[in-house]
Formats: sequence, C-alpha cells, structure tokens
Amino acid sequence: MNKVYEVLGGWGRQLFGFFKSVRQFFLLSWQTFKWLLTAPLSRKKIEWHDVFVQMVRIGVDSLPIVIVISFFIGLILAMQAAYQLHQFGASIYVANLVGVSITRELGPLITAILVSGRCGSAIAAELGTMKVGEEIDALKTMSIDPIGFLAVPRTLAMVVVLPCLTILADLVGIGGGVLFAVTQLEIPFSAYFRQSAEAILAKDFLTGLIKSGVFAVIVSQIGIYQGFQVRGGAEGVGKSTTISVVSAIFLIILADVLFTALFYSTF
Amino acid sequence: MNSKKPVIEIKDVYTRFGDRQVLRGINLNIYPEETFVILGRSGCGKSTLLRHLIGLQKPESGDIHIKGVDIIHADDEKKRQTLLKVGMLFQNGALFNSMTVGDNVALPLKQHTPLELSTIRIMGRIKLDLVGLAEFEHHYPSQLSGGMKKRAALARALAMDPEILFCDEPSAGLDPVVAVGIDQLILKLKSAFKMCIVVVTHELESVFTIADRIALMDGGRIVFLGNKEEMKKSDNPIVRQFIDRKPDQDIIDTEQYFNTLINE
Repeated sequence: MNKVYEVLGGWGRQLFGFFKSVRQFFLLSWQTFKWLLTAPLSRKKIEWHDVFVQMVRIGVDSLPIVIVISFFIGLILAMQAAYQLHQFGASIYVANLVGVSITRELGPLITAILVSGRCGSAIAAELGTMKVGEEIDALKTMSIDPIGFLAVPRTLAMVVVLPCLTILADLVGIGGGVLFAVTQLEIPFSAYFRQSAEAILAKDFLTGLIKSGVFAVIVSQIGIYQGFQVRGGAEGVGKSTTISVVSAIFLIILADVLFTALFYSTF
Repeated sequence: MNSKKPVIEIKDVYTRFGDRQVLRGINLNIYPEETFVILGRSGCGKSTLLRHLIGLQKPESGDIHIKGVDIIHADDEKKRQTLLKVGMLFQNGALFNSMTVGDNVALPLKQHTPLELSTIRIMGRIKLDLVGLAEFEHHYPSQLSGGMKKRAALARALAMDPEILFCDEPSAGLDPVVAVGIDQLILKLKSAFKMCIVVVTHELESVFTIADRIALMDGGRIVFLGNKEEMKKSDNPIVRQFIDRKPDQDIIDTEQYFNTLINE
C-alpha cells in the first residue's frame, strides 16, 4: 500500500510541478510581451545595442550551418522526389515538390530546429549562468528590470532574425533542388525556374514565414524561461540547457502540426 | 543611543521556506552613518534577512521600511526609487561577466541617469580609482583576482552614490591580507561618504575592525545587539561560543541519537 502512495504521490507531484512550470513560462512570456507593448508609451528604453549584438549572434553566426543544412535538405528532397516521379516521366514536377515543401514546411522547420540547438540553448546557458552567479539579483538591486534588459533584446532579435534565416534557407534549399535537377535529371535551368515560379505561390512562402515567426517566439521564450529558472550550480545550468532544446523542439513541432492543419483547412 | 531617525526599520519579520522557519520575528533599527554588522553562523537566516532588505524576496509577515518607504508593500515605481539609493555588494561580486569592469560600473548610471556617456565614463573612473582599480577599466571580470573582483563590485555598488550600502560577506573567500584591505576600504568609505553600511558576515576579525554596532543572529532570532565592547564582555552563551570559537556540543542523548540513525 505504501508503495502505491509513493508512486501515485510521485506522479501527482510531477504533474503539479509540470503545470506550475507551464504557468510560470506563460507568465514570463506575458511579461516580456507586455514590456514590448508598453515600451513605446513609457520611458522604458529598448537596448538596441544588445538587440544588435544578439542579432549577430543568432543570425550571422548561424549562417554557415543553416546554408549547408538547407542545401542538403533541398538535394535530398529532389533525389527522393525524382526516384518516384521519374517512373511517370514527370521529373519536371521535382520543382513543384521541392519548392512547395521547402517554403511551406522544411525551410522554417529545419531553421528553427537548428537555431534552437545553437542559440536557444546558448540563451538558456547564458542566463542560467547569470542566475547562478547572482548577476540577475544584482540587476534587480540596481533597479534594472531583467525582463527589459535581458529577455526583451533576445526575443526581439530572435523574432527578426529567424524569419530572415528562413528566407535564406528557402532559397538555398531550392538551389539544392536546382542543382540536382540540372545535373542529374537534365532539366534545363530555365524550365525548372519557370516550373518553380508557377508552383510556389505567395501564400506558401508567407505561411512559412508566419510559422517561423511563431517558432522564433517559442525558441526565445523557452531559452529565457529555462535560463531564469535555473537552480543550483553548474549542474542546474546544464540541465536547463538540455531541457530548453528538447522542449523547444517538441513545441516547434507541435506548433507546426497546428499551423499546418490551420493553413491546410483555410488556404 | 541615537537620536536620529533610523534609515532602516525592521519590524516583526517572519519568513519560512516550506516547513523550515528561517526568521522568527526580527526587530531592528539601523541609523544613518553607522556601520552595522549582522553576525551569525551559516544558515542562521542572515542572508535571507539581507535579501528582504534589498527587495529580492518578500518575508512571510512583518514590515521593512527603508528611508521611511515600506519596501514590501510599495508599488514598483516607489520601490525602484528607494532602491536607487541602495548599493549592494554581493558575496562573489556578481559582476556581469560579459562586460568590462568599466561597463559594469557605468551600467547603473547609463540606466538611471540622463548623463552623457563621456560624463558617465569619468564618474565610473572616479569610483574605480576609489577602490584602486583605475587601470583595470578595460579588463573583463574573468581577468581579475578574487579581491579585485570584489573591489570592482564595490565600485559598481557605489556608482549611484548610495545612502545605504549592503555587503554580503565582503571578506569571504579572500586571503587575510586582501580581506583586511576590503575592511580598510569599508572604513574609508564610511569616513568619506558618511553612508550607512550594513555588513553581513561570520568573520570576527573584520567585525571588530569595522562595526559600530553588532547584531548576532541565531536560529532566526537576534540574540545579541550592542557595540564591540558590550559584545566582548557579554556572557550570553551563544555570543561566547562565537567569540571563543567553540564547536557545537555533541549529542548527549544516546537514545535519541540511536533513533535518528535507525530513522524512526
């Protein structure tokens, strides 16, 4: 009987803990959002310099990996599509398949997952180390709001930079498809280009960008939340960093399912 | 003993963490221009009390007034205004590792004053010079030794010319020579700026160097309050244990000890 209590009690505590952290997560995101909304009205200053530094860290430093990976994804998609379409003599439709799936889906998704692994974790580790080193307490005693000083610049930078990276990933991914089609399927570049231009509609591109904006909010908020809630020492920082990546990827894919279903049924 | 109005008034402060009662009714008045030391063993609640005083944590019940402002119940803006007049030196400095020492000291000025950047730089240099770190303005905290970090953190705490300075274990983790240096620095500040300095520590040597008045905490209560001479003469057993550096008594009740071992 004691064993039963122990097990059920453990589950109950975990469940409560989970809901508590979900609540705290939304509270923190709300505070960041509120800060951004009220900033123009009050005398709060956005730290543009920090926003810029974060944009470089998230955007510029992620360029090489985003370019290489999305190029490979485009290449892989083209090969897999050609493998099937070839049988029907419809190789030209590789352009449709690559173009649409990159812009609607894989461009935003892969970029968000990469950035969450590279930068979401870095945000969690950086803020977590600051928490452990009492730096966040020091900010508070200096009457500097950690939300405005730390969370807002990172959120802003992420929301601006991730869609930009996604546009780039879209283009490079399509480039991967072009390369395979031109060299292996012997489709002329002009024909591929025309086919792509017809297949990819503005809404495909836009829904991808909307998604990547949502992913940006997820990655930045998870990173910030996990950083701020670190307890204990170096071990706590490591744990929060890991959790930030795992939960960000989970939430990105969950949001992706919801948005894809929404766009599928409405557009 | 002091006819002036206290700058810090602490009334009936109780705090608990879960089942553990950390503070059990703290009453304390701290006056302007005095150096007040809160002394106590690890875990006696002195750090928690300090966190209440700088507004990082709210007590379960009780009132804390700083310069007449109730910082527990005041709105954010009022609290912010009050805390601007308070400087805090954290135990390990808590310097921002991503910024140079100069930027660390300049940060509060940049955030809270409309001054030109060049003016802020000069003011920051003055504070760094005060703690003897003028030539380290462009160094990062990781390039400094423990004592230097603490002095840089002190310069940052002084950036806004606070009326009250809190120090959490200023000499902890430092070698004796550097620790004495920090004590001397505190004395220098006291005579130069006439500020109220509240030090939380467990190091007796520095207590007898810097303190005007001392409060000894034990088990969440203040068990002794007075000046150095009164403390040296006191026959309070906890004070004596502290001064004479006696270890805790061993558990005498063998049966109880046996029970704690077999966990029943």
